[in-house]
Amino acid sequence: MKIHIPSPLRSYTKNESIVESHGSSVRELLQNLDHAYPGIRFRMIDEQDGIRQHIRIFVERNQVTDLSMPLKGNELVHIICALSGG
Amino acid sequence: MAKTITVLVGTRKGAFFLRSNDSRKTWQLSEPTYLGHIVYHLVADPRDPKHLVMCTKAGHLGPTVYYSEDGGQSWSESSTPPQFPKQQGAEEAKAAEAGESKPNEKNGKKARVVESVFWLSPGHASDPGTWYVGTNPPGIFVSKDHGKTWQPMTGFNEHPMYSKWTEMGETPGGQLLHSINIDPRDKNHIYCGISVGGVFESTDGGADWKPLNKGCAADFMPDEDADFGHDPHCLVMHPKNPDRIYQQNHCGIYRMDRPSNEWIRIGKNMPKEIGDIGFPIVVDPNNADKAWVFPMDGSDVWPRTSPGGKPAVYVTSNAGESWERQDKGLPPEKAYFTVKRQAMCGDAEQPFGLYFGTSQGEVWASADEGENWSCIVRYLPEIFSLSIVASD
Repeated sequence: MKIHIPSPLRSYTKNESIVESHGSSVRELLQNLDHAYPGIRFRMIDEQDGIRQHIRIFVERNQVTDLSMPLKGNELVHIICALSGG
Repeated sequence: MAKTITVLVGTRKGAFFLRSNDSRKTWQLSEPTYLGHIVYHLVADPRDPKHLVMCTKAGHLGPTVYYSEDGGQSWSESSTPPQFPKQQGAEEAKAAEAGESKPNEKNGKKARVVESVFWLSPGHASDPGTWYVGTNPPGIFVSKDHGKTWQPMTGFNEHPMYSKWTEMGETPGGQLLHSINIDPRDKNHIYCGISVGGVFESTDGGADWKPLNKGCAADFMPDEDADFGHDPHCLVMHPKNPDRIYQQNHCGIYRMDRPSNEWIRIGKNMPKEIGDIGFPIVVDPNNADKAWVFPMDGSDVWPRTSPGGKPAVYVTSNAGESWERQDKGLPPEKAYFTVKRQAMCGDAEQPFGLYFGTSQGEVWASADEGENWSCIVRYLPEIFSLSIVASD
């Protein structure tokens, strides 16, 4: 499935804004993403499996609050750096 | 061949390198490294200066560590940045799966997450490749491979007293573990400071720790004579006389001469109108009686700026019995400098050179032990740290 990568994380994806990965849950998807792009997961998911404060993940239009959210395999995933100013 | 002196500058928006020769008269500023990243600390390895380590975070992203093996020309990210062990037991996992609790909460208490990697210290000379970091929330992590991977120091992070030692909670900048000092005579003898929490000492390589705060004021606490809960801002062990320790604390400037376990408030000898509040403290590597501080306004809501808008460094040459003002070249008035705890340092040259970086993005330098100051760069982002490396 396609994953939209925000610019602060594109140093991991060789500047690609959309990458492909797979998984039966968001947790598995992010694990596979990290295998392809080592280090990317820890910048958005902390060591207790919490989504970091300024990161949002959407599967289609549904915001992910729990990494165990199941995936069918054809959804569009957006990783977003919550907008902030100043 | 002339020696190159490099000031490594960590800022809120990236790392910079300021280079000069040993005359230290003119300085060249590099292009930024990791522009936009928060660089809390950037240090070259005194045992092998081609190795550098940098603690960073980006606005939206979690903390990480970068390391260089070629003097800062190229950088790689740690494959295992500092992180607390996952504290999810089977029962909690089940509850989390059922949506009954958030995965980073355990028994109603938030499981620890490294919010920032704040402090860097190279290890003992006999331990090449070993580094220590201090984090927010308080934790110590150790690398044995020049910063490529990091493991928690469980003797501190899981100490039975950890919760008590850290119960005072966060400062507005977080609860910071800093000032990891390794005794050059004994790699198992380690000090650290927690702001807020106190000074702690280990004599067994970090397996066990004890508070070391006797004599240190803590006027913000209900029990001023408590064993811990103090607010050290910066702790420095003298490199050639490691029995001499200096501390700039939230409540004054102190000295301890081991084996004594009692801090002596040498800041009481500072001019009353200046006070003895500040963040950094720097020692002369060749004279254990000589140290410099950068006083800041700790009145009212703690402006943390130069008292009266008149920046000055203060130096003692007699271990704190008296202090002298050094402000030649600094703005005489209307200058509200803030200098963070990692943002003042000295070099290894003769005469001894001193440097401080301000929250306004200026680096000031003195090539004559603080007698005369000049601004060597302006318009950088907010400065978090300065450190020095010299190379031939």
